[in-house]
Amino acid sequence: MAKRILTALIGAAVMGIGAQAASATTLSDVKAKGFLQCGVNTGLTGFASPDASGNWSGFDVDYCKAIAAAIFGDPTKVKYTPTSAKDRFPALQSGEVDVLARNTTWTINRDTALGFNFRPVNYYDGQGFMVRKSLNVKSALELSGAAVCVQTGTTTELNLADYFKANNLQYNPVVFEKLEEVNAAYDAGRCDVYTTDQSGLYSLRLTLAAPDDHMILPEIISKEPLGPAVRQGDDQWFDIVSWVHYALVGAEDFGITSANVEEMKKSTNPDIQRFLGVEADTKIGTDLGLENDWAVKIIKAVGNYGEVFDRNIGAGSPLKIERGLNALWSKGGIQYAPPVR
Amino acid sequence: MSIDATTPSGKDKPAGSILNDPKIRGFIYQAVTLLLLVLFIYWVTANTIENLKRANIASGYGFLNGRAGFDVGQSLIAYSSDSTYGRALVVGFLNTILVAVAGIITSTIIGFLVGIGRLSKNWLIAKLSMVYVEVFRNIPPLLVIFFWYSGVLAVLPQPRESLALPFDMYVNNRGLAFPRPVFDSGSQYILLALVIAVIGSVLFSRYANKKQMETGQRMPVLWTVLGLVIGLPLLAYFAAGMPISFDVPVAGKFNLTGGSVVGPEFLSLFLALSFYTASFIAEIVRAGIRGVSHGQSEAAHALGIRPGLTTRLVVVPQAMRIIIPPLTSQYLNLTKNSSLAIAIGYSDLVSTGGTILNQTGQAIEVVTIWIVVYLTLSLSTSLLMNWFNAKMALVER
Repeated sequence: MAKRILTALIGAAVMGIGAQAASATTLSDVKAKGFLQCGVNTGLTGFASPDASGNWSGFDVDYCKAIAAAIFGDPTKVKYTPTSAKDRFPALQSGEVDVLARNTTWTINRDTALGFNFRPVNYYDGQGFMVRKSLNVKSALELSGAAVCVQTGTTTELNLADYFKANNLQYNPVVFEKLEEVNAAYDAGRCDVYTTDQSGLYSLRLTLAAPDDHMILPEIISKEPLGPAVRQGDDQWFDIVSWVHYALVGAEDFGITSANVEEMKKSTNPDIQRFLGVEADTKIGTDLGLENDWAVKIIKAVGNYGEVFDRNIGAGSPLKIERGLNALWSKGGIQYAPPVR
Repeated sequence: MSIDATTPSGKDKPAGSILNDPKIRGFIYQAVTLLLLVLFIYWVTANTIENLKRANIASGYGFLNGRAGFDVGQSLIAYSSDSTYGRALVVGFLNTILVAVAGIITSTIIGFLVGIGRLSKNWLIAKLSMVYVEVFRNIPPLLVIFFWYSGVLAVLPQPRESLALPFDMYVNNRGLAFPRPVFDSGSQYILLALVIAVIGSVLFSRYANKKQMETGQRMPVLWTVLGLVIGLPLLAYFAAGMPISFDVPVAGKFNLTGGSVVGPEFLSLFLALSFYTASFIAEIVRAGIRGVSHGQSEAAHALGIRPGLTTRLVVVPQAMRIIIPPLTSQYLNLTKNSSLAIAIGYSDLVSTGGTILNQTGQAIEVVTIWIVVYLTLSLSTSLLMNWFNAKMALVER
């Protein structure tokens, strides 16, 4: 991994020539090379994982596909860079990836000192704990003295320290760099507790030897707004990545799905006409640097937000995560898209 | 040709002759190389600064004073999530030193035993040593570490079924728990007794040595030293009213509480580095001993010196001259290989530095610290070994 960081560093130094020579925007760079370089998780079922033949799928992967669809009209024009929690930021900083869609928590430090921009939250998450049922633990407050497995370089690691300190509990951290190593250590009984974002726990429980022997404790100890991140200094690119998410949410709001998008183009509702770029003399896409039917391309490629959620992590997936906070604002959640106007 | 340079005003010299002067040409080559190097370093530095600025990444070492906010599994000094990033780095550094020093000591012992074993006339010992060397020398160190780590985790029981060892020690897959001594008032006398015993031992062995040189009489040095070092502190312990008590590990809700625990991460890294490096040291030792002329041991035998003493007094001191320089590289390798700790989650310098790098985004600063620390560690080891080598060098008379 150190090697990777070094590569990124040298990249940071050397990329300068490339960037200076071209001095172009991320969008034109992406268009010029013909594909989107997307930073994803190394393997988190439901969010980003490759299958046996190397095809990536998952919630975050669909965001990569949606961005590629918006730019090229083709969701396959993506190359994936699997990144660990630790080397994801140097990868984005150095320009190794164009966008980081890797269940990354939006924090003020990452937004400022690290030089990134976050805006849309594509998944409202919170940190939870998983334990073996045989321990007879019912609450996180009973965990004093436990060995806790955690991935290094995450907000999880910091929340964990804060939560145990605030509640005056002792614990023994067991930290690993790769998710697979944390999984293996927890499965082997190296630690009593596994902590990460709750969505992650549901996903990881499926990969354990005996998923039914483990339970997720009710406490959520943090706010983890997850979303795509881009480098600072390219507002156009930032807008594109943001509006891809808003288009997904907006489509669900309008009831537009991958199945009925062509029909909806004939809708008489001016909001929908504008959203799908069929209004006369519209500049709804060109102002972003895209085609006017960019939203149509996204929806055709991956569906709306609800479809993306259900297919990868919701009711239609093995994870069966409830929509909860991630339901639309009109259905008791807080997913909300600004108007397309 | 060198005359060309001294007589530049020669009449019948062709115009380009100054370039044919090897001295001047050499100088020009060096100057150009140096200039290119300086320009390259300048370009890399300026470009990095420029890019950091453009990417809005904060730089500098001020972050070291910030609150770390994360915990570390094993620490030799007091550390909590309220400590600074700087202190977290020190914790990682000390953990690196700990595993490096422990590994160097153990690998040297194993390496010498196996190396001498390979030269043994006993067929079984020689073959076993050979198999040991060939197995460990030919496996990448990372695999050896994984082997020990998964071995330790797979074989050892869960905390609730801890294996009890003598002296209230327990072993389970959370590590080795042992009683921690608690020093009450009065224990300083024991320390004092130990110091006196050590000084006494040194003086006595010097005296014994001198006496042997003068009269040829040998005194029971080993027994006297053992008696002093063990007996005197023991005497002080009882005289001061037994001031040392022990904090014994007991079964808690999740794990053993109390006592001291050495985690499986340290154990497996330590074992892996020791066994791996020992295989190289064994070969160095074998080469060193083979390098001593056979005539030396024959001469010793002819003088009636027993085989054990021959090895200790005649062969090994001469072999050390050959052994020490390559041994230094092995020590350096071991220290550097300890950074593989990251694979099994041992909190060494690279691991804690990596966490800090991620929390603060100060990649260049953290990597610079890594480089400087490892460079300093390696150079210090090297200096120490050079000094030792000079001391062990054969003094020609």
